Amino acid sequence: MSQATPALELRTSLRGSAARRRRERFVQAVLLAGGLASIGISALIVVTLIADALRFLAAVDLSALNSIGWAPRRGMFDLPTLLIGTFLVSAIAMLLAAPVGLLSAIYLSEYATPRVRSVVKPILEILAGIPSIVLGFFAIAVISPEIVQRINPKAPGFNVLAASIGVGILSIPLVASVAEDAMRAVPRALREASYGLGARRLTTSLRVVFPAAISGIVAALILATSRAIGETMVVAVAAGASGSGARSWDIFGPGQTLTAAMASLAIGSDRVRGDDLAFPSLFFLGAVLFAMTFLLNVIGDAFVRRTRQRY
Amino acid sequence: MSLVAPAATSAAVRRGLTSSQRDTRGTIFYLLLLLSLLFSLAVLAALLLDVMSRAIPVFQTRGLDFLTSPLSSDPTKAGIAQGLFGTIVIALLIPVISFPFGIATAVYLEEYAPNNRLTRFIAINIRNLAGVPSIVYGLLGLAIFVAFFDAIGLGGTRDGRHLLAAAVTLGVLVLPIVIITTAEALRAVPLTIREAGYGVGASRWDVTRKLVLPAALPGILTGTVLALARALGETAPLLLIGGIVGGFSTPEGQSVAETLLGSYTALPLTVFQWAKQPQEDFRQLAAAAIVVLLAVTLFANGVAVFLRNRFERSW
Repeated sequence: MSQATPALELRTSLRGSAARRRRERFVQAVLLAGGLASIGISALIVVTLIADALRFLAAVDLSALNSIGWAPRRGMFDLPTLLIGTFLVSAIAMLLAAPVGLLSAIYLSEYATPRVRSVVKPILEILAGIPSIVLGFFAIAVISPEIVQRINPKAPGFNVLAASIGVGILSIPLVASVAEDAMRAVPRALREASYGLGARRLTTSLRVVFPAAISGIVAALILATSRAIGETMVVAVAAGASGSGARSWDIFGPGQTLTAAMASLAIGSDRVRGDDLAFPSLFFLGAVLFAMTFLLNVIGDAFVRRTRQRY
Repeated sequence: MSLVAPAATSAAVRRGLTSSQRDTRGTIFYLLLLLSLLFSLAVLAALLLDVMSRAIPVFQTRGLDFLTSPLSSDPTKAGIAQGLFGTIVIALLIPVISFPFGIATAVYLEEYAPNNRLTRFIAINIRNLAGVPSIVYGLLGLAIFVAFFDAIGLGGTRDGRHLLAAAVTLGVLVLPIVIITTAEALRAVPLTIREAGYGVGASRWDVTRKLVLPAALPGILTGTVLALARALGETAPLLLIGGIVGGFSTPEGQSVAETLLGSYTALPLTVFQWAKQPQEDFRQLAAAAIVVLLAVTLFANGVAVFLRNRFERSW
């Protein structure tokens, strides 16, 4: 029998065998490696984008960045053309997705009975699960001829408006689900107090629940905007990536976004892999896109956490 | 302060309680809410109807031939064999890449990680990765994975731009989704189950492996299959990793390695290629390919729902 006190003896016996502790430490190290791998991926993304974007900026003739038109194979790298296109598409998409998504969220959170909710919610989930390339097809095959060309018969088949509507449809489920989560997180007591004062459901929804959930609603709109900016295939199919006008604000004409420009560059990446600047410009656009969406995601995330903390 | 309500207020309350007048503004608002939901429903219905009505003639005239023919510039001969092959290979490879990493990370974050700065950083980092546009993952794949395969001598005929690189890239793309859904499933397992395990002297790994993971399995399976479905519909990253838009020939008698390291395409790329053509013939082909793509992703979703219902338990 050792000289150890009972307390110390208990602690040593609870610690288990050395083999068991070795195994525990090994498992923990393996699992931690998984977590660190995700940081590694982020680091790789950032380093790749920055390094290749800087290489592009170092090599490009700066006057080419202001050359009225995005035609990388001809050495024209006019960023404003793409930024205007990106702005138009995401702004129009949000003009559609914000009201439809928020009203759907109010319905699901404040009006729907559990049974109706169990039918309606899956519809939005199916819409969220449809690949964006399918919406691109829908935009060019249906939205463009049936809606856009009815509004403006002179519009060409490939146009910014059809693509924007397609992106908007894709963004609706995201707006609806984030906003609904925020509204459902508002405590019942607030609603009951409102009804107790004699307020109608309309007043309770819009004057009590909506303001109480405003952080989450703002987050929904910001995250959906970020998603709209990063959406590629709808625009690549429906907006007419090539032959767009330089710095064009015409929503009935063809247009190009950051993402669609990257896609159309990539289709020819066999050819671009030479020593001209078209290939590095891909990474320059990627860096700009990443910076924009990263900023929006961080802001949106901060708003989401603010709602969670409040209640 | 008087206990008697002012005359004006009590009159307003009485009017409100006894009024038989319809609440017009409330009704209009309610209709507006219904309309917004109907919009999503109508879009979904229009999309499916349009795709089906264009696709049915293709299936009627071509039948199985459409599924077994390679790409072609002749719409009466073109088929999705190569695209379907690529998508199936990718679907088989993604689980190998993203599920072990994803589940390990989620288990670490939920079961092991101390609440310190590193853990919070990993969690925030994963949320941010989930928001990175998919085309940026394509750039990552092109700059890192394609170059890696090329450097280790697995470049194949196209300098690393092959199915393996595409599958690795899509696996990394869905990694954050796998982690987030797995973490949610683990969080839903009640603490009492863990406490019971520790109470009988089990170690942390025993508790995790024998109690928590089996209990969370349905949620984990559902989440991972949904992530897979999402990956199969992704198009933009494949464009960057050299998926073929156009046509290519698959030589007869090619070995497995040559197929994996050679030219490839996938269903979404095939849809993209045909959707861009203005001719109605190609539109119909695109619609038919979409039907197959949706069937593949809906099949994955169906498997997820089945697994959830089969193994779901409530605590």
